[in-house]
Amino acid sequence: MNGLTSLLGVFDISLDKLSNGELWLAQFFRGLSDGATYASVALALVMIYKSTGFINFAQGSLALLGVYLAYIFSVEQGLPVAVAVVCAMVASSAVAMFVERVFIRPFPPDHVLPLVIVTLGLLLIIDSAVGIVWGFRTRSLPSMFPSGAPIEWGIAQLTWRTIGNLGTVFAVVGLLYLLLSRTKVGLAFRAVSSNLESARLVGIRVGPTLGFGWALAAAIGTLGGALVVPDLLLEPSIMLRVLIFSLAAAALGGLDSLVGAVIGGLVVGLARNLLVTFLDLSELALATAVAVILVVLLVRPTGLFGSTTVERV
Amino acid sequence: MSPAYLEVAGLKAAYGDIQVLHGIDFSVDEGQIAVILGANGAGKTTTLRALCAMVSTEGSIKLAGEELAGQRTADIVRRGVAHVPQGRGTFPDLSVEENLMAGAFVRNDAEVRADVEQWYQTFPVLGERRNQTAGSLSGGEQQMLAIARALMLRPSLLLLDEPSLGLAPMITRSLFEQLVAINADAGTTMLVVEQNAALALGVADVAYVLEAGEVALSGPAHELAADDNVRRAYLGY
Repeated sequence: MNGLTSLLGVFDISLDKLSNGELWLAQFFRGLSDGATYASVALALVMIYKSTGFINFAQGSLALLGVYLAYIFSVEQGLPVAVAVVCAMVASSAVAMFVERVFIRPFPPDHVLPLVIVTLGLLLIIDSAVGIVWGFRTRSLPSMFPSGAPIEWGIAQLTWRTIGNLGTVFAVVGLLYLLLSRTKVGLAFRAVSSNLESARLVGIRVGPTLGFGWALAAAIGTLGGALVVPDLLLEPSIMLRVLIFSLAAAALGGLDSLVGAVIGGLVVGLARNLLVTFLDLSELALATAVAVILVVLLVRPTGLFGSTTVERV
Repeated sequence: MSPAYLEVAGLKAAYGDIQVLHGIDFSVDEGQIAVILGANGAGKTTTLRALCAMVSTEGSIKLAGEELAGQRTADIVRRGVAHVPQGRGTFPDLSVEENLMAGAFVRNDAEVRADVEQWYQTFPVLGERRNQTAGSLSGGEQQMLAIARALMLRPSLLLLDEPSLGLAPMITRSLFEQLVAINADAGTTMLVVEQNAALALGVADVAYVLEAGEVALSGPAHELAADDNVRRAYLGY
């Protein structure tokens, strides 16, 4: 018992907190909201991973660029936030297609290591470029959703923003599912990821298909960023932190599963908020994300929903 | 004499610095089945890959008088050239049905659906497993799927790289019977690379024997099959 009390002491756990139902509910809602934002960026990672078999580290940077564009369009040009975000999604898709065409396509798509290095380089370049152009002072981007909470229970609030974040993520996942399973471009996308050589041999133009994947992922990443940033402040390193949580979410969900990315995102968001609140681990919030990645890779490398490829030869 | 349907002249191919084909000539008439024989490393697979621009090549490849050399794989496919690569020509993560739909990727006509049903009739096991992923099929079923996938293009030229690889002799024989039937029904010109020389010569019209990246021997398939010296020297049976 002594040991337990001292352990509780180390983590500064107060029984008051633990028995506070409203606090649990409040953190549950916050966790869902954060989780939805991680999930949306994780979806962008999964889209690229599905087509190319590697994690595109530049994804967060393209999203960062997109969020800055959304800031310009809304705060500086005065467009409604939702419209500004849509414009930024289109613009960041265009940038992503350009980047893919110039920096990625010259490399053979089946040699993953050089490509990963290139995306790391792109991450550094784009992040620095954003810093040079817009400076390092923090800005705030308003949320697309109205403030206030339709449901309140003491300190626990289910805010419009939480509802909006969750709704956005579910809508994105639904649309992506339809795109991948019901359209020709979706079929091309999955064929390329399944067997590059056979994809060429049925006449699929592999380069443009992957370029489309980059554009789509950048748009989703920008949308995800526009969900995240109102909770934090906009500055050039912001997406790097989000990227780590989203990577954890994607790894937990299984890297190639859209549904997995959403569930992974929600789990990571909830875990983070509960740990930070009840164990006072705010300094270790990022470390928990890395821990999730490590545990998943050790215990279940395919994640919760990833495809264990069953192949008979 | 009118030029052949597929007319290949001075075809060279290399992987990096390693020259595999040293300038080969061959031709296949429309509706014929041609077979390429030869030892391992003779350049059989490379010849098929060269026809689809899957390896860097020099020389001329004319299909119905049109030059294919220098075109991209995706454009050659749009000319009606289907290729079943060695081993795994399927999309293992896609369902059987999606594999067939992918085979018709460049087609925009209304008969794609009907063709899918037709291949389910030809290969009933594919119909039974239409919703299974291709990766879960047995080797023989995957080979059937790879061929059906290629035929979904409605190709004018079908390239087959060792369709018998890893298949039981019974299955191989029925597969070749299917190919002959398809050739007879649709008039699809076929170029087959095959280790099983006796079987391949039995169904082919013309044969080419490759040796170290050059055509060592060519002629009507039944003549090659009948010549004892040829059989002993090149075909090993």
